[in-house]
Amino acid sequence: MSEKRQILKVENVTMQFGGVVAVNDLNLEVEEGEIVAIIGPNGAGKTTAFNVITGVYAPSNGRVYFDEKCVVENHPHGKQKKLYMGENADAYSRVLEPTPDQLTKLGMARTFQNIRLWKSMTVFDNVLIAKHLHRSSNLFTAAFRGNRKEEQRQRQEVDELLEVVGLTDVRDELATSLPYGKQRRLEIARALAANPKLLLLDEPAAGMNPQETQELTRFIGEIRDRFQVTILLIEHHMDLVMDISDRIYVLDFGKLIAQGTPAEIQSNEKVIDAYLGVVDDAENT
Amino acid sequence: MTETKSRRASWLALLLILLFWAAVILLDQIIKPTDKLYMLLTVLQKGSVYALAAVSMNLLNGYTGLFSLGHAGFMLVGAYTYAIFTIPSTARDTVYQYYNAAIRVSFPEIFSGALGGFGTVLGVALAVILAGLMAAILAYLIGLPVLRLKSDYLAIATLGFAEIVRAVFQWSKLGPITNGSNLLKSFARTSTFKLSIGEMSISLSTFVPVLIATLSITVIVLIVNSTYGRAFKAIRDDEVAAEAMGINLARHKMLSFVTSSFFAGVAGATMAMVLSIAQANNFKSAMTYEILLMVVLGGIGSISGSVMGSMLFVAASEWWLRGLDSGRFLGINAPGVFRNGFRLVVFSVVIMIVVLFFRKGIMGERELPDLFRKRKKPAVKEATE
Repeated sequence: MSEKRQILKVENVTMQFGGVVAVNDLNLEVEEGEIVAIIGPNGAGKTTAFNVITGVYAPSNGRVYFDEKCVVENHPHGKQKKLYMGENADAYSRVLEPTPDQLTKLGMARTFQNIRLWKSMTVFDNVLIAKHLHRSSNLFTAAFRGNRKEEQRQRQEVDELLEVVGLTDVRDELATSLPYGKQRRLEIARALAANPKLLLLDEPAAGMNPQETQELTRFIGEIRDRFQVTILLIEHHMDLVMDISDRIYVLDFGKLIAQGTPAEIQSNEKVIDAYLGVVDDAENT
Repeated sequence: MTETKSRRASWLALLLILLFWAAVILLDQIIKPTDKLYMLLTVLQKGSVYALAAVSMNLLNGYTGLFSLGHAGFMLVGAYTYAIFTIPSTARDTVYQYYNAAIRVSFPEIFSGALGGFGTVLGVALAVILAGLMAAILAYLIGLPVLRLKSDYLAIATLGFAEIVRAVFQWSKLGPITNGSNLLKSFARTSTFKLSIGEMSISLSTFVPVLIATLSITVIVLIVNSTYGRAFKAIRDDEVAAEAMGINLARHKMLSFVTSSFFAGVAGATMAMVLSIAQANNFKSAMTYEILLMVVLGGIGSISGSVMGSMLFVAASEWWLRGLDSGRFLGINAPGVFRNGFRLVVFSVVIMIVVLFFRKGIMGERELPDLFRKRKKPAVKEATE
């Protein structure tokens, strides 16, 4: 069997805000077709890591490879040079800071911890806009309907996608009028509409009850198989994480403290001390 | 929406526009300057200019969520460009009486030489398009630094640039081009547009501004309903999400800004055509506020709202409330109260009432066709719940 393609590689990434090192020397790898979870206590730097990967923040130091190409790179320079408190300060020399939309174009799509749907638009339009980045039209051809074929194809694709994720019945409702669970689902559908290779889910089960969480767990598994997409997710619901993840990374105070399969993580002393202990209690009650 | 349904809707829209055009041409022939209803034509002329200006501002402020107040500046550029390139050579020296006119081109003259009457129309059309392009180019240059700003800061920066533009156009060193602080006149204006078929001469003085406005607004509607329009709305609703979904913010904001300014330039050119003069002093920031008011009255994010807002605004200020200034209003004769300036007092009160009680404007975010469509919706919803 040949080596699987590496979709994402984060190399020595440090993110420092003023005097706070939110992510410290993070290394992680995600292979094609995997579901990988990042867990850790609140404030461990999980979302910051996400924001670095998706281009919202430029890291203070380090590199991010996407699909075996270096897409983000930075090193402490200018004012940062003196203030930098992380490691590997001299390892890199280039500055490569793409904007989030450029990374999305390469094949990354994400959801947000606090749902960010376009409020004034319908479910259908919310998903349709994600197709905008694959357009071949410019403003003129789009205005005078030179892209009619493309538009029709996109609309059809969106309808098919809504069918798959089970939102067809609310197609023409306003996005914000949906119940919470469906809004989450819609956000995932919107991300999928961009045809990503890597899907990043930031706490997809936040605020969900056990039953909804179970549904979501199944849903994420289905997505992976159906759309052949690699998934990186942040989550606090351990049932979900242990159920579907192939591998888990554990962060604490911005540092990676463990990595491995769910079974390995569950028996890791360090992880139980820092984080999982709480979950055990919750499960016993 | 199904394909056949949307196609039927576009045919219906086209039919309504054609009917409207026919009605405008007809009214123009029937109503004589001495008639009381003549005011209706003035309102239609000025109203369509303001409608176009308001809709183009809505594209930027309402659909893309960029709060810009530079509209008067772009209209000024449009008005001047149009005026300069349509002044006939015979009138040029009287217009530029204090300067030596630098631009000695008149589009209608160039083309009418070879093509006759059609050439004049072509020349005027080209001048209008050039007016839009000049405004768009200026918008691009201003947009490079300014579009990095957000909300109020953007508003202040664009307001400042608009004032700078006005000052530059009045600068005496640029006199050979802009005629300094003197006005430009004698160029092709609406009252001279006539269609002659044999003996009959049909006046097009109201139709031309209405035509320009409807065509431009149609293009804006098409843009708003295209994939780019949806991207603009996404930026307005949530910039972070829009960027995360692959929408290049800088590029799309610039597109919206430049397009909006292009149509502001066209509106400026049309305004020059209607007023038959172009003077920088008319394009003060107060004009931007007036247009903003029309947008707000009609409903931010509604194109039909902007059109209604501007028509009502122009009708009220030019026609219905005129009596408040001239001593006699609604049959009441009170020259002591109804004198110069009282109209503005009443007008402000009306606006305050509208803003207090119709917070989303006349239309909110709906369009005219929605009013006929939405009726059925609640019934369906009840059934599913």
